[in-house]
Amino acid sequence: MAGRFAPSAGRPPAAAPGAMGVRTSLVRTPSARSRSEAVIRAVLLLAALLTVVTTGAIVVSLATETIGFFREVPIAEYLFGTRWTPTLRAEQQSFGVLPLIWGTFYLSAIGLLVAIPLGLLSAIYLSEYAPARVRSVIKPILETLAGVPTIVFGYFALTFFTPEVLRGLLHIEVKTFNALSAGIILGLLVMPTIASVAEDAMSAVPRSLREGAFGLGATKLQVSLRIVFPAALSGIVAALILGASRAIGETVIILIAGGQTARLSVDPTESYQSMAAFIAAVARGDIPVGSIEYKTIFAVGFTLFVVTLALNAASIRLVRRYRQVYE
Amino acid sequence: MTGAQIAAAARSQETVFPRARAGQRVTDAGFRGLMYGAVGLACLALLTLLFDVARDGAPALSLDFLTNFPSRFFPERSGIQSALVGTLCLMAITAVIVIPLGVATAIYLEEYADHTRWYNRLVEINIQNLAAVPSVVYGILGLAFIVRGPLSLGNVLLAGGMTLALLVLPVVVIVSREAIRGVPSSIREGSLALGATQWQTIYRQVLPGSIAGIATGIILSLSRAIGETAPLLVIGASANTLFNPRGLDDQFTALPIQIFTWTQQADRAFVSLAGATILVLMGVLLVMNSFAIFLRNRYEQKW
Repeated sequence: MAGRFAPSAGRPPAAAPGAMGVRTSLVRTPSARSRSEAVIRAVLLLAALLTVVTTGAIVVSLATETIGFFREVPIAEYLFGTRWTPTLRAEQQSFGVLPLIWGTFYLSAIGLLVAIPLGLLSAIYLSEYAPARVRSVIKPILETLAGVPTIVFGYFALTFFTPEVLRGLLHIEVKTFNALSAGIILGLLVMPTIASVAEDAMSAVPRSLREGAFGLGATKLQVSLRIVFPAALSGIVAALILGASRAIGETVIILIAGGQTARLSVDPTESYQSMAAFIAAVARGDIPVGSIEYKTIFAVGFTLFVVTLALNAASIRLVRRYRQVYE
Repeated sequence: MTGAQIAAAARSQETVFPRARAGQRVTDAGFRGLMYGAVGLACLALLTLLFDVARDGAPALSLDFLTNFPSRFFPERSGIQSALVGTLCLMAITAVIVIPLGVATAIYLEEYADHTRWYNRLVEINIQNLAAVPSVVYGILGLAFIVRGPLSLGNVLLAGGMTLALLVLPVVVIVSREAIRGVPSSIREGSLALGATQWQTIYRQVLPGSIAGIATGIILSLSRAIGETAPLLVIGASANTLFNPRGLDDQFTALPIQIFTWTQQADRAFVSLAGATILVLMGVLLVMNSFAIFLRNRYEQKW
């Protein structure tokens, strides 16, 4: 026990006895203990820096090949061209990325058109209306839906939704690969995310706000839509942007069910291709390293990365702006 | 009316004041219908999905299915041994990489980092951004840096494991931080007051106190990793491999890749095999998630 109060190992600092004979020097020699603490801290810091290195590596790998890509394809053609056919022979190749961006946007829009109403309505139900027993059944169902791998959704879209639901039940003349199927199933994928984040936000609204409104004669609907919903707005907006971000970055559902034709039209019965699906499709094929097709992976990947980052930054900014602080 | 009566009326959804107008009641009922419809549709979708997969895949499930290798020409003789072994190996490699790195980063950020310093804030913002990056971009990272580029490992098992590890690392960090944050500061302060160093406090008080949350988060992240298809597609996992990976530097396949390959076949028999593989994959995920929930319920620390 006495050891705890003994001076640390190492020679005692030069003692100039002060007023009460106590050592007054403030110089500490490094003890074995503080050295090992410093080492541990350094190791942990290195681990943390690896995450920064990861981002750096993503940016570097995307940027270098993208720059190489733009040496062969003029930026104007990339950004404003309307034909995307990099897999054709050299004379027929076109590198206008607009069809891919449009495909991404169109499919995500269909998906969000499904996911936002379903997700928000479910969130309001779970947070405001559902009795505890129902909640304990529905919440696990939503969590299960959120945990299903995306490839299962893709399988479902291609082998069941298109033939049995779209063609069979609803009698819509769709091609095998079509935007309607891919988009709706994409919405199904994203809906649990929106529902759970929005529900968390709404549950965080203090009861006093609701009960004040009830006391003033509001109905449950009025309380839900006019009190709780606006109070939780920042979290709800975060949920929507998170959902949009997931929809834009989704690869496999669109790859399997949406087809491989980049197209600039609005016909939902035709096949479309998104940026992420294109990347996976091309990487799957046999392309020589360093060829222009290989570089398209990076150019499109860079575009996708920038879009996702912008959405994420917007989300952080919006959440901060609308966040309500409760007492 | 007494306060208790008002409170009771509020809870029972009736108002203390005169009943709402008929128009308002119709709107209320209509909205309720919409909500029930939304929730019902979501449940119906999940049930249909499970039913369809089971209907397609259950006939093909058998012990042979688990032990055979995939055959390009004979669906009745195909199996998923290579894919199952590949997935399990990938999970092990990912765990070995991501657990120390993720937990170390979380410890640093929660216990050591001074949050007013710019470089620590940079790390935090960076992790949030990384968590939002699409998985296919991680595939490109793996392709450019690990399969080709500086590391040039080729499209081998280790490359797949490293790519998946990078994919789930941000999530592990975020979840571990939450768990560490759950340990009250009184525990830390008591330990320090008794003369322990910072690392001793972390190692003997904070980590054991947060281990349940960390373990749950790790298992859930791993189950997300093995369900991912896009990064493996981009880095070049093989399809229809006839062998189990013989080492870290061998080619590999995984359950999602096998599902992907078989789903795209024209022959309906292969599509049924894809359904069976999905059942196996979801079985693995179910076991992992149940284990995570069990850990959380059993070992969760209530302070």
